[in-house]
Amino acid sequence: MFEDLRDLYQEVIFDHNRNPRNFRVMDDANRQVEGFNPLCGDRLTLFLKIDDGTITDASFQGSGCAISTASVSLMTEIIKGKSESEADALFTQFHEMATGKDHEVQLEALGKLAVLAGVREYPARVKCATLAWHTLDAALKNQQQSISTE
Amino acid sequence: MTHYSVANIRADFPILAETIRNKPLVYLDNAASCQKPQAVIDSLVHTYSHEYANIHRGVHTLSVKATDRFEAAREKVRGFINAASHKEIIFVRGATEAINLVAQSYGRSQLQAGDEIVISAMEHHANIVPWQMLCQQIGTVLKVAPINQAGELLLDDYLALLSDKTKLVAITHMSNALGSINPVETIIAAAHARNIPVLLDGAQAIPHMSVDVQALDCDFYVFSGHKLYGPSGTGVLYGKQALLEAMPPYQGGGDMIRQVTFAKTEYAGLPHKFEAGTPAIAEIIGLGAAIDYLNAIGMANIAAHEADLLAYATEQALAIQGLNIIGQASHKGGILSFTLDRIHPHDIGTMLDSLGIAIRAGHHCAMPVMDFYGVPATARASFGLYNTREEVDVLMQGIRSLIEVFG
Repeated sequence: MFEDLRDLYQEVIFDHNRNPRNFRVMDDANRQVEGFNPLCGDRLTLFLKIDDGTITDASFQGSGCAISTASVSLMTEIIKGKSESEADALFTQFHEMATGKDHEVQLEALGKLAVLAGVREYPARVKCATLAWHTLDAALKNQQQSISTE
Repeated sequence: MTHYSVANIRADFPILAETIRNKPLVYLDNAASCQKPQAVIDSLVHTYSHEYANIHRGVHTLSVKATDRFEAAREKVRGFINAASHKEIIFVRGATEAINLVAQSYGRSQLQAGDEIVISAMEHHANIVPWQMLCQQIGTVLKVAPINQAGELLLDDYLALLSDKTKLVAITHMSNALGSINPVETIIAAAHARNIPVLLDGAQAIPHMSVDVQALDCDFYVFSGHKLYGPSGTGVLYGKQALLEAMPPYQGGGDMIRQVTFAKTEYAGLPHKFEAGTPAIAEIIGLGAAIDYLNAIGMANIAAHEADLLAYATEQALAIQGLNIIGQASHKGGILSFTLDRIHPHDIGTMLDSLGIAIRAGHHCAMPVMDFYGVPATARASFGLYNTREEVDVLMQGIRSLIEVFG
């Protein structure tokens, strides 16, 4: 019945929505930023542990739609073990993929994150996918205040 | 009652023949904005093609004609809500501007620090934020009458909030997020017993029921034209003449003056005192066409049709496991706000859209209502005079299917 939505709602997204990875409070986090999408009310708190420029742990709390939950769940998986500059480069690549500004973006470089490429055909949903990454961007810049997609 | 032919009514709305993502459009977002009948579209085209010029200015024929049509629309609005005089009908951009006008003009001139304004817990942001701004400006205090889990105003708590300090009650006639219709007669009578004026936010109520401002005895009534099947950019502030007379202008400019020198300006009389600048001329004439259209069908007939749709939709929705109706007031208008266990409203909105179904998913500009129910957002199907039971069936089938897909 929802054939048209297969590109947007792939099985990986349903899986991460049902069983979000790294969904916990991190007591020893040294970065903690809140992300908020006032348009839909999605809220998340991102916790990072950064040691010597490397993200050694990442987790989140919050509630959101399937796209935003899957996006932040996948993100916490993929950034673990990455250096801050590698994570920052991923933010840029992901943002370009999701907003469709650069269709030449190497989807292979994004690995599993490529399942979220479908959002670029749904302008109303792009912010759901990018909220996690804007929150990461703020955390990497060590901004303390919460960020908003507005 | 004349026979209500929903098929004939649907034929009057050209957009209902559109397909969305290759499916017939099922438009259930009427609480956000209604679609326009051909009569309103024709009115806009006719004005711009044959009768357009600025109003209240020129002596030339077109200006006189446009002015006549514009003032005829004011008379139609007056009749529609049974105001005593056309002087009590102020055209604005929408219900939001009307409330801001009252807050800034009535509020700043008649209220002072320590005075209390009573609203309810089910208000749209448009009936919260203008009062908060006023409170910041002049030190008035906002009091909020609570609601119960069904989404009904707690009348006793409302009555207990009224005191000698209360100088204004501003409350919705019908909640946009819940559909609850407030017992406005009781609310107004209690306030008037203490000489407190009452503003009713009629943005949601006006397309669903007959409104008689004299029978209600409300002091202000506000609504938007675009929710009444009229053009966007139109709205109405009704105010009792004595109150409006005592209020200073909201904006200064052309059309609201009698005489201007650099030393002093003498303001125009009602209603022009509050209508600075060129209004949405063709759109307001179009609002008049919308009112003609609705009057021909009859508001009582529309209300009966929508009550049937809501009852049918509610019965269907209650049969779906995992669906929670948000707002189950005993007196409700055609709004079905709901959540689904473990499925976010935005996912519901996108999935239903792929089936051609337009609903609203979000906080409905009523974040305090969402907080009260502990949800970030709801999905909301809202009915209009052209919706059908078959469309309710399509919606319910869509909901059952998406629950299955999410697993």
